[in-house]
Amino acid sequence: MSAALETHGLCKSFGALTVANAIDLRLERGARHALIGPNGAGKTTFVNLVTGVLAPSAGRILLEGADVTALPQAQRVKRGLTRTFQLNTLFRGLSVLENVCLAVRERLGLAGDMHRPAGSRRSVLDAAYAALERLGIADEAPRLVRELPYGRQRLVELAVALGLEPKVLLLDEPAAGVPSAESGIIVEVIESLPAEIALLIIEHDMDLVFRLARRITVLVQGAVLVEGTPQEIAADPRVREVYLGETARR
Amino acid sequence: MRATAGRDAAPLAVEAMARGHRLRAWELAPWLIAVLAYFVFPSYLALGSQILISILFALSIDLILGYAGIVTLGQSAFFGAGAYTAGLLAAHGWGEPLTALGAAALVAAALGFLSGAVILRTKGLSLLMLTLVIAAMLQEAANKAGGITGGADGLQGMEVWPVLGLFPFDLYDRTAYLYSLAVLFLAWLAARRLVHSPFGRSLTGIRENEARMHAIGSPVFRRRLAIYTIAAALAGIAGALLAETTQFVALDVLGFERSGSALIMLIIGGVGRLYGPFIGVPLYMIAQDRFAQADPVYWDFWIGLLIIIVVIFARRGLLGLAEQLLQKARRKP
Repeated sequence: MSAALETHGLCKSFGALTVANAIDLRLERGARHALIGPNGAGKTTFVNLVTGVLAPSAGRILLEGADVTALPQAQRVKRGLTRTFQLNTLFRGLSVLENVCLAVRERLGLAGDMHRPAGSRRSVLDAAYAALERLGIADEAPRLVRELPYGRQRLVELAVALGLEPKVLLLDEPAAGVPSAESGIIVEVIESLPAEIALLIIEHDMDLVFRLARRITVLVQGAVLVEGTPQEIAADPRVREVYLGETARR
Repeated sequence: MRATAGRDAAPLAVEAMARGHRLRAWELAPWLIAVLAYFVFPSYLALGSQILISILFALSIDLILGYAGIVTLGQSAFFGAGAYTAGLLAAHGWGEPLTALGAAALVAAALGFLSGAVILRTKGLSLLMLTLVIAAMLQEAANKAGGITGGADGLQGMEVWPVLGLFPFDLYDRTAYLYSLAVLFLAWLAARRLVHSPFGRSLTGIRENEARMHAIGSPVFRRRLAIYTIAAALAGIAGALLAETTQFVALDVLGFERSGSALIMLIIGGVGRLYGPFIGVPLYMIAQDRFAQADPVYWDFWIGLLIIIVVIFARRGLLGLAEQLLQKARRKP
């Protein structure tokens, strides 16, 4: 069976600067995989390449075995590839419920409908509400996103992605900007996500990575340094040197 | 329904959204006032028709600016295209007003689609400049093509037939007023339906956060182009209405001033609410009319003062101010 997501020799350079250097990554179905690396290692670039925000200079991207390298962003989303953002990227002036409804309507292909009132489709509202319930923020449904504390907004960020019912979900630093006392809630929410979703967690926070991931890929200067289980990564001297060592010295 | 404690508020949110598109009583107020005005101010129907037409034009701008977040100063391109379409038809032997409205809408929509397909690939200031350029190019073309458009002298010899074959345009502008009112009402119904539809909601999403719309798989460019085309058609209908009710088309229908003042009227009323034009346009145009009579030389000054006051005290327009006051009043008790 093909993997949920594969990249083969993914490269990206801006002039002489190479930000992604022949990245091979295989994300199994239902994976709990983390992508870690020091600042500037090219983690977010990798997300942008995979989702289609950036076009790769070379290499291929396969989604469930199908080559999507040439597809625009929206088409990849339609095929089940979804991301969240390191910085909240939400519809701040709309209600929490409407934020998720927008995603649900895109998934169901209803978002271009010009005739029926948006509120008249109960299935959309119920699906959006269910996503909020799953993350424990159903109480916030009527509130405007901009009125919520940042930590709650992080959960909306996830809820919008879940509204798309992704097969592959790229979580770009899901706990970024959240006080450590609250990041536990985010970890719990991620742990409770449906097992069939393949998760790629791009993270800085080592505690979070070692709690969530069953496999870890370490990215350094745009290239894969090593991949393995959390134990292997923790024991790897090269990783200690470039990553954990750097953290320890700080 | 699940009856878990503390969750009562949320299904209410679902209910509220399910009912969000229903017509509320106050939404009928503008139409009651417009009908009343017909009987109370029979000698002001010419101004009244102008106001109704400008509301329709400002409404077309509200759809793209207020909902899709496309800033434009060139909407007069479509207004003018509609006006000349209706004008040329009537000057060359086809004075039937309703079909001319339809033709104007089609011509303006085609123009909106073609120009939008090019300029909507840009954003921000470049887009703003390009909307201006399109309108300026059209105006210059109409000026050069004097043989067809009458150039700077305006289009002469329009003959508009009675509406539905029953109601001829009269000296007192009774037909003009009621005809404009009926067209505006239908256009408003259509616009209202559109903004409450999933398509309309997705436009709001594009305005609020374009990057996220891409990330949830929305064809952002296509949606923008669709609303730009629809708004162009509405502006074209407004232009055709002006041509038919005044039986004259001059180059200024394509001018920047029309786009600019409509934008100001919209901002005074409130952007992105569908009702901003119904507040801002009458206020601006009636004030303009009064100031021009009271102070024929410096009336521009008073209009300017009015705009400054609105911008300082009501950043989100008069409707935004009203909403703010209502919220305060509700919180107090």
